[in-house]
Order: sequence, then structure tokens, then C-alpha cells
Amino acid sequence: MKKRFVALGSAVLALTVALIPSQAQSVSIDYWLWDTSQEPAYKACATNFEKQNGIKVNVIQKGWDNYWTGITTGMVAGNAPDIFANHLAKYPEYALNKQIVDIAPWIAEDKVATNIYTGDLFKLWGRAGKQYGLPKDWDTVAIIYNKKMLKDAGISEASMNSLTWNPKNGGSFERLIQRLTVDGSGKRGNEAGFDKNTAKQWGWTSLNGNSSGGAYGQTEWSHFAVSNGFKFNDGPWSTKYYYDDPKLAESLQWQADISLKKGYSPLFKDIKATRGDTLFTSSKVAMIFDGSWMIGSYKANSKFDIGFAQLPVGPKGRKTMFNGLADSIWVGSKKQKEAWQWLKYMGSAACQDVVGGFGVVFPAIPSAVNKALAAFKAKGADVSAFTKQALAKDTTFLFPITDNSSEISAIMEKATDKIFLGQSDAASTLTEAAPKVNALFK
Amino acid sequence: MKQAAAIKVRTTLQRKAWWRAFLNREAITAYLFILPAMLGFAVFYLYPTLRGLQISTTDWNLLSDPDFVGLENYQTMFQDPVFWNALRVSGIYVLLNIPVQTIVGLFLAVAMDRLTRSMLVRAALIVPYLISNVIAAMVWLWLLDPFLGIVNSALTTLGFSYQSFFGTPELALPTIAGVNIWRHMGLTALLFYAGLQGIPRSVYEAAMIDGSDEITTFWRITLPLLRPVTVFVLVTSIVGSFQIFDTIAVATGGGPVDATRALVFYIYDNAFKFFKMGYASAMAITLFAILIFFSIVQLRLFRADQSDLS
Repeated sequence: MKKRFVALGSAVLALTVALIPSQAQSVSIDYWLWDTSQEPAYKACATNFEKQNGIKVNVIQKGWDNYWTGITTGMVAGNAPDIFANHLAKYPEYALNKQIVDIAPWIAEDKVATNIYTGDLFKLWGRAGKQYGLPKDWDTVAIIYNKKMLKDAGISEASMNSLTWNPKNGGSFERLIQRLTVDGSGKRGNEAGFDKNTAKQWGWTSLNGNSSGGAYGQTEWSHFAVSNGFKFNDGPWSTKYYYDDPKLAESLQWQADISLKKGYSPLFKDIKATRGDTLFTSSKVAMIFDGSWMIGSYKANSKFDIGFAQLPVGPKGRKTMFNGLADSIWVGSKKQKEAWQWLKYMGSAACQDVVGGFGVVFPAIPSAVNKALAAFKAKGADVSAFTKQALAKDTTFLFPITDNSSEISAIMEKATDKIFLGQSDAASTLTEAAPKVNALFK
Repeated sequence: MKQAAAIKVRTTLQRKAWWRAFLNREAITAYLFILPAMLGFAVFYLYPTLRGLQISTTDWNLLSDPDFVGLENYQTMFQDPVFWNALRVSGIYVLLNIPVQTIVGLFLAVAMDRLTRSMLVRAALIVPYLISNVIAAMVWLWLLDPFLGIVNSALTTLGFSYQSFFGTPELALPTIAGVNIWRHMGLTALLFYAGLQGIPRSVYEAAMIDGSDEITTFWRITLPLLRPVTVFVLVTSIVGSFQIFDTIAVATGGGPVDATRALVFYIYDNAFKFFKMGYASAMAITLFAILIFFSIVQLRLFRADQSDLS
């Protein structure tokens, strides 16, 4: 059935191609990505690439929500893009179903240097000797704060990089959010008579979108949990998660109590159309944690000065998730070799320096990161908090990459929803959810 | 023996009669007229349904070749607590949605019929229905927002506490039902209104001469004579209501927890998030069976093919 679809699809494709009057004899390939802010950067790369190789790249952007459905149904229908930006939570399934090309033989053939990338980024895209992409960027999570609100509360910006946190009393981080919370009568969270029900400014929110974090809590809860001694699993391709670890329950419970019991953070149930990041940019929340890919968005949407600081130091040190993207080639592509040339180009310093110069994302090659830092600085943002964390020893942990990620997400999203709604406590919720996750691997 | 032969003759005769009717010129013309619709039905409904039935007996993730698993998907379904919850959510949604929508629609139609012939009023009523579901959901998401929504600011000004309409498991489903009642009541009203135009004015005049008041006229005349329209409205709106998807996808994504994970949304989850095409098809076929059952029951109960007018 599938073969017939593919045949039909390619016949239609061939017909369409035949009907379009060819302007030049050059080959063109389709490349998809989901991030609008990176589209101009990769279009610039594509222009340079075409000059060099004579291969035209159609850079096509699709929103995240439809992106994956588009890729998968495209693979079935035979019209998926030749090459596309891939995500760690998504590529294992495509690899398992033999839909993306193993580029390891080509890497060997072309003698591509793979040790030029920051940290373990290259390793994240391989499984059992096979390789499904070359790293093109990375991201970490840091604190973003409202400079005016800090000043009003008498807090120095210098103190922001040495905050401490623990799940028992929240450390200096909890005292900070307490002070940054203001109720209807102007009382701060640390003053007598503070009424959480009338809060008009909150110190912090851990929820920057409108999700409770789910399975990975990349920007929502993972940093607290891991800095408290939690680990997701035993490394890439594990078949068991440790979601019932009391260390995780402890840190999630602290986060839930900050909003539900203490009122220093907006309630999860209220964060719907107005997302966490909107609350920050509309001056309702003084601090937020978010990923480096969001720098541009915060810069553009905040009508006040914003600053960036490293995450608080927990009982096991400072921890941030380290995640990165790469590009994968679809096995059904008729132009795999051309796609490989483009993939190789995007993974090289030539393209990553250009992307870095746009100041929207941190490229995977260290020299290009400096270009990005300079570009951010030119826009008036000191974002070294993100890079310092990425380079510091033992500060990063990798995105927990395994099979079954969509179903794990579905199970864990419900669990963290329950915890942040206060429907049940973290420990019992996680004890119930963990076996369901591990059952997926049986 | 003789009897059996007689039956045989009769059946062959009947068959011949059927054939003759089929080959009758008029009949052929009729079939030709139906043909385009039948073609559309076969290609867009019949074939996908059969194909769905076939996929429901396989384990298929779209990307690899399907494996035949027999009735395993149906077995899994009966043991899946999320499926039962989804069925419950869909059921509650229909119960919240249909009665209010139908009663309000009927009331509006009768009021329009008795009070105004204004084209403007009729047009205004249908406006919500002309807005796409996604946009309607987005608009309400903002109107009901706890921080910026006008509804909550009105509530707090009037001294009530604000509400997280889409954010709590208790309120999320009733809120979604509310949005769709708002969207669909105009259409329901319009259908009833059209039905009302089919009732001869002479019946009302007779009732008036007999001294019947407004309310008695409604119960004794309007409602019974509207029966065929009522059945049409109920059957189509219940089927539509069971298929609730877009408002959920936009406003709550099935959450919080599973409070709004209605059956069609869970089918979508399985098909396009987990890529379990077989399992999703099994649930879709089950929903199909449920809807057929409900529709037949309603058609029977309301004697849809008869009118009290004749």
C-alpha cells in the first residue's frame, strides 16, 4: 500500500516538476525548518551555498505544531522535504522506521571532521554506529529578569549570578522571589500582612509557555530536579526512566507550592491564552527561566530593560539542559547526494559563522558562538549567562533521548498538570506515572 | 412441493420486476442524477470507511508496513482507561451541549417567527456559525482569559471572584460546551425557523379562534408539527457534537489532565502523535458504530419519515 502511495506521490511530483518551466539546469532541493527567527540566517547560507555548488536550496518554514505531521504524512505520501531540521525528541522514531539516512558512511568517505562541535552534541545524533545528522546549534536555559523590578526591590544585578536553591527552604532564590512579589496593597512577599490572593506582581514563574513541563521540563523543571540529584535515565537510548525518584518529587513539590501555597508565582490554571512569557513581557512577573532560542523574542517584546543571569546553584551544583538541533535527510529523497552537500555545509564553519552573525541562536561550532555573542551584544543583550553555563564543567546535562517520546510526553504531561493544579501531591502522582512510562519499553 | 415452486416463481418474478424497474428509462435517468453524489459518497465516505475498518485490524505506524493483528486493537481499547474516559468526556459534552443548544435555538426561532421578519436579526443570529471554529475558540480563549479577559474583568468588577474557565478540570468542558452552544444556536434557530414557515398559518388562526393562548399553541401545534425538523436538528447536531475536536485542540489540547480529552481528540492523539493508525482506526470505527446506533434510535423514536400535517 505504502509503496503504491510513494509511487503515486512521486508520479504527481514528477508531473508537477515537468509542468513548471525550468529556468536553469540547476538542481534544487527542499529544506524545512520550524523556527521563523532562523529562516533569514539559513536563507543567507543557502545563497552562499548555491554560489559554491550550483545547488539551489528552497528554505521553507512551517510552524512547530504542523511541522511534524507534515514531515510524517509527507513521508507516507512521497513528498516530504529532501532534508529537514530535526529534533532529539523526534528523530529516534524516524531512524527506527528507516525514514532518515544514516550519514556515517558519507562522513567517512568525505573525511568530515566531527570533533569540531561543542561538547557531546555530535554524539546525541548517533545510535549504534549510525549517524543521523551533524549538529548545527545548541541551547541552554538561564534566568531572564526585569531590571526595573529588581531595582525597585533594592536587589543588585551582580547578586543574580550567585543565587542558591534547595527544595527545603528554596535558598536565596526563594527569598528573592518573595521580595519581588507585590500584593494589591503594595506589600512585598517577605513583609507582614502580605496577601497572596491580591498579588499584582509575582516574583517568578517556572512556566514560560502554558504547559506544566511534561516529560522533559526543559525550561520548566529539569534544572531544579537535576541540581537536586535527579537523573532522567542512564544516558542515551536507555529503556528505563527514574520518574519515581523522590528527588524529582521533592523539587516539583517545591515548585508547585511556590504558586499554590505561597503565592509568589502565578497559578498554572490561569496561564492559558496569556502565557508565562506574556506575563513577563507585560510586567506581571519579575523573573522567568527560558531557553536561549527565546532571547530575541524577549528582547523584542519587552518594553523595559531585561537582563540575563545563570541559573541558581542547587544541592548538586548548577544544572541546565543542553539540547541541540541537527538536520536529517529523508530516505525517499531523489537528491540525497545534493542534500548531503547542503547538510555538510550547514554543519561547517562557513555556514555557522553566518548563522552566528544573525544573533538568533548559538551555533554548534565554538568559533561561530563568538560571532553570535558579538551579534547579541550589538543588539544590546549580554547573553553570556547561556554560554558560560554551556562551557562550565558539569553544568549541563543532555536531553534524555530515548524511544517512545510522544507517549512518554502524554503520560508525564498529565502528571505535571496534576501536580501544578494541586490535584495530588508530587510523590504519589509520580509513583503512579513512572511504571506507565517504563511499561512502554516492554 | 407445489408451494415451494410457487415461492420460487414469485421470487424470480419479483427479481424480474426489480430488474425491469431498474432498467426503466425513468429509473435510469434518476440513477444518472444520483450518480455524481454516489460517486462522491463512494470515494470520500464509503472507501475511507472500509479502509478504516481494514486498518483497524492492523498494527501500523504509517512509516513501516502494516502487520495484521486481528481484533487486538479492539481488545486494547476495552482495557484502555483513557479510551473509557474519552468516551465519558464525549458523552458529558453531548449532554451539556445538545439540550441547551436545541432549546435556545427553538426559543429564538419561535420568538423570531412571532415577533419579527427582520432579515437583519436572522443574519445576526447566524453570524457566530459563519466564524471558523478555530477563530471562535481563539476569541473566547482571550475573552475568558484570567489576566486580560473582558469576562473576568466584568466578574471582578461586579464583586465575583475571577474564573479560570479553560484552566480547571471542572470548568474546562462546560466552557467548551458553552462556546459551541454560542456558535451553533443561531444555525439551530434558523433551521427551526425554516421549519416553522412550513406550518400553515390557517392552523394558527384556527387555534386563535378556539381561544388557545401562546403557550398552549406552542405545545399543541408548533412542537408536534415541527417534529421532522426537530429530528433533523437533533440527529445532525448530536453527530456533530460527538465529533467535537477543533475547539478542544485550540483551547485546551485535551487538558487539564484528561478533562477535555474527548474521543475524537484521543483518536487524533493516537493517529498523529503516537502514529498508532490501527488503534486510532479501531476507536474511529467504534465511534462510527455508536453514532449509527444513536441516529437509528432517534429516527425510530421520532418517526422521522412521517409528518402530522398529512
